Amino acid sequence: MISRARSSHVGSVFSCAEVLAVLYGAGLRVQPDQPEWSDRDRFVMSKGHACAGLYAALAIRGFFSMERLESFYVDGGTLLGHATHKGVPGMEVSTGSLGHGLALAVGLAAGAKRLGAPWRAYALLSDGECDEGSTWEAALLAPALELDGLTVIVDYNKIQSLGRVEEVIDLEPFADKWKSFGWEVREIDGHDVDALTEVLDPMVWVPEEGRPRCVIAHTVKGKGVSFMEDDLLWHYRTPQGEEFERAIAELREQL
Amino acid sequence: MRTAFIETLELLAEADSRIILMTGDLGFGVLNRYRERFPDQFYNVGVAEQNMAGVAAGLAMSGHIVFTYSIGNFPILRCLEQVRNDICYHEADVKVVSVGGGMAYGALGPSHYATEDLTICRALPGIAVVAPGDPVEVEQLVPQIVATPGPAYLRLGRAGEARIHDDDVRVELGRLTSVRDGDQVLLLSTGGMLPEVVSSADALLDEGISAAVISIHSLAPFDSEALCEIAARFPLVITCEEHTVLGGLGGAVAEVLMEAGVRTRFRRFGLRNGFPEGVGSQEYLRRVNGIDADSLSDIVRSALQESK
Repeated sequence: MISRARSSHVGSVFSCAEVLAVLYGAGLRVQPDQPEWSDRDRFVMSKGHACAGLYAALAIRGFFSMERLESFYVDGGTLLGHATHKGVPGMEVSTGSLGHGLALAVGLAAGAKRLGAPWRAYALLSDGECDEGSTWEAALLAPALELDGLTVIVDYNKIQSLGRVEEVIDLEPFADKWKSFGWEVREIDGHDVDALTEVLDPMVWVPEEGRPRCVIAHTVKGKGVSFMEDDLLWHYRTPQGEEFERAIAELREQL
Repeated sequence: MRTAFIETLELLAEADSRIILMTGDLGFGVLNRYRERFPDQFYNVGVAEQNMAGVAAGLAMSGHIVFTYSIGNFPILRCLEQVRNDICYHEADVKVVSVGGGMAYGALGPSHYATEDLTICRALPGIAVVAPGDPVEVEQLVPQIVATPGPAYLRLGRAGEARIHDDDVRVELGRLTSVRDGDQVLLLSTGGMLPEVVSSADALLDEGISAAVISIHSLAPFDSEALCEIAARFPLVITCEEHTVLGGLGGAVAEVLMEAGVRTRFRRFGLRNGFPEGVGSQEYLRRVNGIDADSLSDIVRSALQESK
């Protein structure tokens, strides 16, 4: 769909593909035939630029047809190039400007806690948006509100818009930052489906009461396509022609 | 207005547990009683307005009516993108409340003056923009804001303003509220300017000039139809605001009257010279910045003179 639409951010989608697959395949309690089901888990795609992956996950999970993915990013289409909830079943909120998603998820988790509702709130963040002060404002508040129904997943692919994270603004010691803010933290290989399944199962990883969870998912930008992996270019470049064919062939081999 | 707001909110919160008051660590002395009475309907999220706006949107999406509270520009300009994207685009039931509209914080300085907020909020899609003129308007408008789903911006003055309206007045959200009848000049006021405007109208009447006064507490939605109908009857229309003359009430009225082809002499009374100057109280600052009752009366006299 990205190639057809000539859109960007394919590398950002591939780095979080397994996270989205595990969330929509197992982790999240959702009902595709009732997208507004009141007890559904709330998922916030804070890295809204990687929404192509989420649209695909929603379609595969059955929120809408696979054909609808063809309407991504094109004239007259119905799926915008940043996560947009209007008219898209299963899409909880709209994002696109970085640093907004965690506060929304904190509000959703606080709402569940206040109502005594069973649902949980999840947010998927990019590493780049951990430069945003607003991300850390929300990170400070979540433990203060004792939101143990909140889980953050950071897609730590180590590349942001203009370079490597460690060269732009180093986030390390990253896990220690979250821990010192009062979060329970697990670091995993963000492409390891078994590890993700375990860490995103709220029955398996039960935090200390009142503590929100942070999963630092170590990932590779452009994962799965040899010439895209760990390369900043694929934050922007859209795969066309022979590159597209090669990418598809490599991905098929891994199925 | 601040007191009228919190007392009205207490009544509403008592009747509706969905109502939440969230503050960015401000409101010392103002919010104490609310906080004590409704601990489960109160959040202090700390000095973090961007976060406050986003968290409020999330709480609203889970079925709450959330008031975010702070002073001056903090709850709106500091977090403008959160208000636009997270609150307005999601049509979230968040009511942003700012205390200290205009230069209410006097000697605290320009960081604390909200003098462009109305223009900026008017440009945001889907948010009601409400600037009551006195405590009576606050008491009547706050319940209507709660009863109207979706985002709102409520711009209050400070504490201790005069009650301009009689208690039996009917103030309707999105409508004009008449304050004084008259036939020579129509004075349109928004927000805390109302007492100055009424005082000017009284002084003008002593000189035999009959000024009508209308409070336009609702800048969005805007009652264009009623405005055109009334303005067409006056040879002179003046908008009055403790705010820049660019794009606020003056801008709104000019847009509406021009498009409707209402022909009248028109003046915008407000801040014209960038940031307000001077050190002192709100009353003092109004005087030195030329937006007090006497300055308004001068403008009315000279404009009527010109039209002769």
